[in-house]
This record gives sequence, structure tokens and C-alpha cells, in this order.
Amino acid sequence: SLLTLQSTSEKDIISKEKGEGKAAGASETVLYKIDVPANRYDLLCLEGLVRGLQVFKERINLPRYEKIIPAKGEGQKLIITEETVKIRPYAVAAVLRNITFTKERYDSFIDLQEKLHQNICRRRALVAIGTHDLDTISGPFTFTAKVPSEIKFKPLNQSQEYTASQIMDLYRTDSHLRHYLHLIENKPRYPVIFDSSGVVLSMPPIINGDHSKISLKTRNVFIECTGTDMTKAKIVLDIIVAMFSEYCEKQFTVEAVEVIYPNGKTHIYPELAYRKEKVKPELINKKLGISETPSSLAKLLTRMCLSSHITGNGNNIEIEIPPTRADVIHACDIVEDAAIAYGYNNIQMVIPKTYTIANQLPLNKLTELLRLDLAAAGFTEALTFALCSTEDIADKLGMDISATNAVHIANPKTAEFQVARTTLLPGLLKTIAANRKMPLPLKLFEISDVVVKDLTKDVGARNYRHLCAIYYNKSPGFEIIHGLLDRVMQLLEVPPNEENGYTIKATEGSAFFPGRCAEIFARGQSVGKLGVLHPDVITKFELTMPCSALEINIEPFV
Amino acid sequence: MSPSVAELLLQRLERTPTGPEGGLCSLEAAAALGLDHQTLVGAVKSLQALGEVIEAETRATTRWELSAEGEEVLRDGSPEVRLFCSVPSEGLPQSDAMKLPGAQVGFSKAMANKWLRLDKGAPGGPRIFRAVGAVQDAVQSSLRQVQEGNGDSLSERERTDLKRRKLLLEVTLKSYWIRKGSAFSTAVARQETDLTPEMIATGSWRKLPFKAYNFSALGLPPACGHLHPLLKVRSQLRQIFLEMGFTEMPTDNFVESSFWNFDALFQPQQHPARDQHDTFFLQDPAEAPELPAGYMARVKKVHSQGGYGSQGYKYEWKVEEARKNLLRTHTTSASARALYHLARQGKFTPVKYFSIDRVFRNESLDATHLAEFHQVEGVVADRGLTLGHLMGILHQFFTKLGISKLRFKPAYNPYTEPSMEIFSYHEGLKKWVEVGNSGVFRPELLLPMGLPESVSVIAWGLSLERPTMIKYGINNIRELVGHRVNLQMVYDNPLCRLDA
Repeated sequence: SLLTLQSTSEKDIISKEKGEGKAAGASETVLYKIDVPANRYDLLCLEGLVRGLQVFKERINLPRYEKIIPAKGEGQKLIITEETVKIRPYAVAAVLRNITFTKERYDSFIDLQEKLHQNICRRRALVAIGTHDLDTISGPFTFTAKVPSEIKFKPLNQSQEYTASQIMDLYRTDSHLRHYLHLIENKPRYPVIFDSSGVVLSMPPIINGDHSKISLKTRNVFIECTGTDMTKAKIVLDIIVAMFSEYCEKQFTVEAVEVIYPNGKTHIYPELAYRKEKVKPELINKKLGISETPSSLAKLLTRMCLSSHITGNGNNIEIEIPPTRADVIHACDIVEDAAIAYGYNNIQMVIPKTYTIANQLPLNKLTELLRLDLAAAGFTEALTFALCSTEDIADKLGMDISATNAVHIANPKTAEFQVARTTLLPGLLKTIAANRKMPLPLKLFEISDVVVKDLTKDVGARNYRHLCAIYYNKSPGFEIIHGLLDRVMQLLEVPPNEENGYTIKATEGSAFFPGRCAEIFARGQSVGKLGVLHPDVITKFELTMPCSALEINIEPFV
Repeated sequence: MSPSVAELLLQRLERTPTGPEGGLCSLEAAAALGLDHQTLVGAVKSLQALGEVIEAETRATTRWELSAEGEEVLRDGSPEVRLFCSVPSEGLPQSDAMKLPGAQVGFSKAMANKWLRLDKGAPGGPRIFRAVGAVQDAVQSSLRQVQEGNGDSLSERERTDLKRRKLLLEVTLKSYWIRKGSAFSTAVARQETDLTPEMIATGSWRKLPFKAYNFSALGLPPACGHLHPLLKVRSQLRQIFLEMGFTEMPTDNFVESSFWNFDALFQPQQHPARDQHDTFFLQDPAEAPELPAGYMARVKKVHSQGGYGSQGYKYEWKVEEARKNLLRTHTTSASARALYHLARQGKFTPVKYFSIDRVFRNESLDATHLAEFHQVEGVVADRGLTLGHLMGILHQFFTKLGISKLRFKPAYNPYTEPSMEIFSYHEGLKKWVEVGNSGVFRPELLLPMGLPESVSVIAWGLSLERPTMIKYGINNIRELVGHRVNLQMVYDNPLCRLDA
């Protein structure tokens, strides 16, 4: 997606951020802001971005990445032992020969690894990358897992050796590495890669050894990617070697490494696989709403790093997907690249002829109608959070949390998100507490969903649409809330009678003042409660005035 | 009922000529009516409040009045005259003369006037004698002139002298010069504050004057309830979808399985959105009891091995991951359910669907992000839909929202391909701002559901909060959503007219 909406200059940016005066002397060269989509790993470094732009501008052809397989017995080997299976079972590797680093290239090389770690590698959980000066180590290499006390080496940029356990302690406070410790910390064995003489290359996914670290002088780089996701390990290796083989003596070539699995099978990496797809030109035109010739479409795709040519008598485009474009997994991905190259904003807008009759959900339709009439009855609509603390729906209402049947969140960052609400009342009380400066009386309502566990539902929980209203003043105003219930029932065409209408009957509720609570029955079914709130509830919500409230489930009235 | 002071005043004023020359002085009117001046001033002020009935101009009048001592001199004569008259022809011992009232002043004045003579060497002590035969009491006659209202005819010297002797006082009076106003009438005197049923019944309103209203003051706010601004925008968006023929999808489950929220949408199980940092997973009920078995097997295959023309993601797909319950991170899970339901109908019928409901993200909170917000989603499923159709319907939709300048930018989304971010030109900010996301659903999502290969599904989504905040100029989302809402803002909120 080499497209940009805004261009600006350094001068503009500085004047916007620091004021006009500071911008004097800054460059007026136009700057383009390029958003790299999360699945375009080939655009994460300057090398790939420039290559992509050059290909798009048709200044160069996309290079063909070549895997060189050394003569038998001369290549590097990586042996994976069985111990890795339980912790980090996959590893792939490759060698970049006769590379020339400069400060910029070296920094870009390190930066790409970090970006990949954060992105496709899922913060090293799926894949961890290690790069080593091959001339400081000697193969074959062994990827195994050992108990922490048996691993001892000098970690990257440290001055002494530590055991694996000491390394974990060392990095516990490291702003960068502490985020990865949990990936192996509680495992009995830690992953580790040795060379043939026992030198530790790395302890993935935490840290490399200092011994084999690369420098600007490094000429031969051994790259290993270990992980829990084989596909992603292969993609990561392909990206790194494709991007940086540019600086090898034989440009765009990579020396393969033989990886031997515990079952004895061997694989050659990197894969650097090219795949061919065939897409009909009319499919592209049809999916996008354009009418380009096959050759024009092939050219658009080629500019997107998808080398394409027409086959047969023009009724097929053959596209070669390079190893750097792991994001292309379906013809629709090819169609999208054609659209991007064509330019989204060049596509003719057309209104679909899809003829349909609109329908509202009955529950939402009822909600919309009731909202209007509740506001007409003098009550103001609140909009409160569906998530709250257990305290809000239980303790503060004088209930035990187990009695609420609430859905509990496993990973709340704060107490505000412990449960989904089972009642709208706490939200309205908190709204009043936040608006105590407003003139009395305060009359609020909300019609929204609450959530409770329900094992008959496929997800084990369900929503109920509740209506809650509250009256807050110097006197409790039960008659006002009661009057509102009468009005709601009138609107719902439920008459006040025992047989097919509604009645209220004295009951007790922990949130209500004794003797001031009634249960609401409509057409023989309990639909909610109303009453004067208990002084303890009022106090716990940091309120000071008497208050009456009503809460009903409106679903029986749909 | 006897006429009021205002009425009496108006009657007098009626007899004065109209114009700048005409009119009367409040002091004179008060004197003529036998009223205290302040009472008359009250009537003037009440008449002024009626508007143009009278014109009253303030005047400051200086007037001379006799002091208490001056009154005494007027009555009994000046002390020097009184002393002169008390001296017999044979004279009077000075010590006796000085015992007479006012003798101190009288003696010095009479001496200064050379009316008396003092013989210090007289037998029996100093003795005073008349020096002239008769005297005129000029002080008394000056005071009489003042008393008669002719104080002005005295010379400046005389007045100053009398003032120094504390016989005369200078009094400044505030008075009004009253003229007929442009709406002069003698009938406006007693005004009615408002119409009464009795006036209507008797018809008395025809003759009665009514007090003027102050139209510059605000009226009394009606005792009413108010709808929440965000939900007013929700109503309008529902209306827009309904106008465009879109049917509402059920979204009444905040709790969703990972299967419907992610797997069904071809979102791989290792996707960052499925991370604990971004999504609220449930502790109870931790897992969904029921997943659609046959469909799930097809989803598993397309993720782990590919199929339907796809390479798939090639990873080990786990049902345990799919079972994990969460709070839905988008309403696209509801769209997936609706499309699956559509696919099971047998014969395919084109549909247009929409939903607006809450979604939940375990993200860090700031001025524009909360852990829950409302997602607006539109979906069209039909044969032969193109990217041009998606852009066309987006243009229609956003035009109804009052946004007609749109641009589209490529984006990445695991379940749509092509994917487009929607930008609109913000006149206030003078730049393009993102207003939504859109795309064509991937075949890996649609085909396992059982939808025909010829069917394309185009979709878009946006948050409800963002356009609302822009619309109403709200900078902090907490003032809009949740219990910390500013109720005054809710009370004062205008109608929601998105295209206005």
C-alpha cells in the first residue's frame, strides 16, 4: 500500500509542532507520510521500502532472490534436539555471505529485527531472531533445551558470564527485555543454541551471546529463527535474507542451511519459495468495478512486486508471488494490489442495485419509542457503562456477588471492568453522584442492556434490555416513580389490574428501604421492582438525599 | 375609588400644552395638589415605567429657606432692633442690657450700625444710650422677602450676610419637569399585570391598560426531560440506514465466543487483537458451551490448511482458543452470525444489514478512548458487488451524515480484502481525517459459511462516539459517555441534524 494522503515538509512539521519562528531554516522539501500495513513485512525497512517504490515507479525490476546450496559437507547445519519440543519446537536458519555493513545498513539490520519481533513475531512469542558473526563460531550448531543452571554464558554486551537463572534476574528490570522473560520463565528447560565447541549463540527468545555478536566488520552472518509457529519462522527468515542479501557480494543470494529435526528428517532453509497464481482479468475488473485490459492489469500487478504476464490468449494473468509477499494467500489479495496500483480514488463510484426493504429489530424499535416518551415524562436520559466493579452491582446494593449471576472478566486492568452490569441502577446513581451540583430534583432514566449468565445460550450468557428510572430530591418521591411506572404501562397498553394487566406487591429488596419496596408483575410475570432506596445504598454511592427508583425488563412487552 | 396620584398628575398634565415648552414642575404640581413632593415623584416613576406616557426630566432647583433662628427674627424682629427698642431714653446699664435674649449679637450689630452709644465712664458702671432716633429692621424685611418666595431679589451680599448669621439656608431640591409623552393618555394610570378569566368573561380587558412585558428577559425553562446526545446521533444513524433500506441485525449479546469474534472472521488465533492486552476475556463463563460443529470444522480447515482458493495461515488451529469467551471487540461478530444465518437459508437473497451497539476493548484509556464504545456497521451482500459499489454506498451514507468529501486509502484488516480506510476533509481542522473503515469480506470468511461463490459482501464500520464528539464539539469523551457526563450539557443539547 504505497499510498499516501498527506504530503508535507519538514518546515511544516516544525512550524506546526514548535511554532513558525523555529521553522526558519528547515528544509522545504516535500515529505510523504507512508503508512505500512501490518501484513507488509517487506516494507518494514528502508531497503524494502525503497525497492518497493523503485519497482512501483518502474525504475527497477524486482530482484529475484536466490538460494545457494553449498556442496555436500560444506554447508552449515543446525541440529534440533527433542528437548525443544515442549518449549520452542521450530528453528530455521540461513547464512548471508560476504556482506558489507556500513553504519546505516547495520542499524537498519538491527531495526528490522526489532520491528519483526514486535510485529509478526508477536513480541518474540511466535518467533525470535538471532544473528551471529559466523566467523566467530563453528558449526554444526545445536538447538536444544537445558535446565537453567546448566546454561552459562556471557550475554550480549555484558562483561561477565551468568547462568540462565542469573540472566533472568539480570533482565527483570530491563525496560526492553523484561517483557520476554515470561515466555520461558516457568519452564523446566530453557531453549539454547550452541556451536560445536559449546559456545552459546543465543538463549531464545531472550538474549544472544556476546561471543558471536555482529559488528560493522562482520562479513558472514548466521541467522537463526526459533519459534512456536513454523510458518511465521520461515516468513521471518525469508524477509530478513531477502532484504539484506542486497549487501552481499553476490547480490540477492543466500546460503542455505540444513536443519535436522529430532526425527532425523532434514530441511533446507531459507525456503525463498516463489508461487504462481492464475487470475482471470475479468475477475479483477468485476471485483473492482473497472474495465482495464489484461496487459494493463498485468502491468499494475508487476508494479506491486507481483511479476505478472498474460497467458493463453489473454484470458488469464499468471502472477508470481515472491517470497517477500507472504501476505498474498488468495486471489482477493492480488485483486487488492491491482486496486491499490490503479488507485482507489480513480475507481468510479456506483450505487449498488441491491433492492431490499428495511426492518427494525422489534426490541430496538420499542426502545426508541419508549425513550421519547420517558423524556416527554420529564426524565433525562443517561448513558452509563456496561462494565463496572463487583462492588457496584453487589456490595453497594447490599447483595452478595454470587447472587447476581454476573459475567466476570478475567483480565480487567482496573476494578472498573470486573463484571458486566446486571442492573442499570448503579450507573444512574453514579451519574447523580457526578452531578450533585445540578438543581434538584434529578430525574434520570436509561434503557439499555444488562448481562447475566445463561447456560441455555451458545455463549453461556445473554443480554436483557432493562428500563431504569430514578428520582433524587429532598423527599423520596415514591409517588413520582410509581406514577412513571403507571405511565410506562399505559404506553405499553398494560392496564392496572390483576388478570391481564400489571400490579405491584410489597416485597423486600436489599437495595430498598424496608417496607418501601414493591415487585412489579405484568401479565402474571415479575418484571422488576420499584421503591425507595435504602439509606445505606444512598450513602455508598456518595449521595445525601432520599431517592426512589424503578427497574424493569422490557423484553416481555416487545 | 378616589383617583390615584398618577391619575391626578396625568389630569393636570393634560391641561398643559404639548411640545417642548409645555409641561409642569413636580414641585409646583405637588404644591398645587397639596401633596408631599416625594409622593408625586413616586407617581412620576411609576408612569415612566410604562414607556412613553410621560417624559420627565430631572432638574436640580436651589431654594432659600429660613432657619429656625430666621423664623424667629421674622416673627420678633432682628436682635439689634429688639435691643435698640429696649433701650429707654435715659439709657440702660450695659450689664442689664446683656441679660436680654440675643443681646450679644444685637449689641455688636447695633454698635456696628452706630444705633447705640456706650458710655464707659457713666456713674454705676458702663451704660448704653440710643445714638439715633429710629431704626429700620432691614434684616426682618429681607427675611420676609425670602419667606414670600422672593429670595432671588436679594442681593448676593445680603444673602451671604444672612447665611453667615445662620438665618438663611440654601436647599437643593431634585424635581422633575414633566411633559406629555408620545403615548400620553390619562387612562394608563392603573395597569393590569395579566389577562384573567374574569376580564375575558366580562370583556373588561377592552378598557384596561396592561403592564408592558420585558421581552429582553429569558422565559421560564420548560420542565422537561432530555435525550442523551450520543443516543440522539444513534437514532439519526438508525434513521439513515432505514432510509437506505438496511435491516437491523440482532446484537443483543455483549458476551461472544472467540470463534464468532475472531475465527469466523478469518482472524488467526495468534493475531494481536486476540491478546490479553487488547481484549476482555471472561473468567465466568470462560468458555462458550456451544459452537456450530460443521461450520467450525470448515473454519478450522481454512485457517490451518487453506482451501477455497486460499493458502490459509498454516498454523495449528485450536478449538480451545475458539471457545474462549470474551466481550465482543466489534459488532462484526454479529454480522458474521447474520451472514451465517443467511447462508443457511438455502436460496440466497440479497441483503442489506446494519447494527449500532456497544463493543469492548481492553485498551489504555485517554480523552478519546474508553473501554467500551458504540460501533456502527453496514453490510451489503449481493451477487457481483464491486469495490466501486462499496465506495458508492459509502458516499451515499456519508452524504446523509453531512460528509460529502471522501477519499479512500488502502489499509490492512484480516477479514476484508480489499480494505479501505475512509477519510473525509474536515473544514475546521483543514485536513483529511479518518471517519471509518471498510472493505470486501474475504472468501475465506464467506465460503465456509456456505454462501455462494458469486456473492460478494461489502461492509463498513465507524464509531458512534467520534462523529458525535466532532458534531457537538466535545473534547473529552468522559463528558459524553458514562456516569461522569455533564448533565447540563445533556439539558442544553440541540437537535441532532447531521446534514445541517
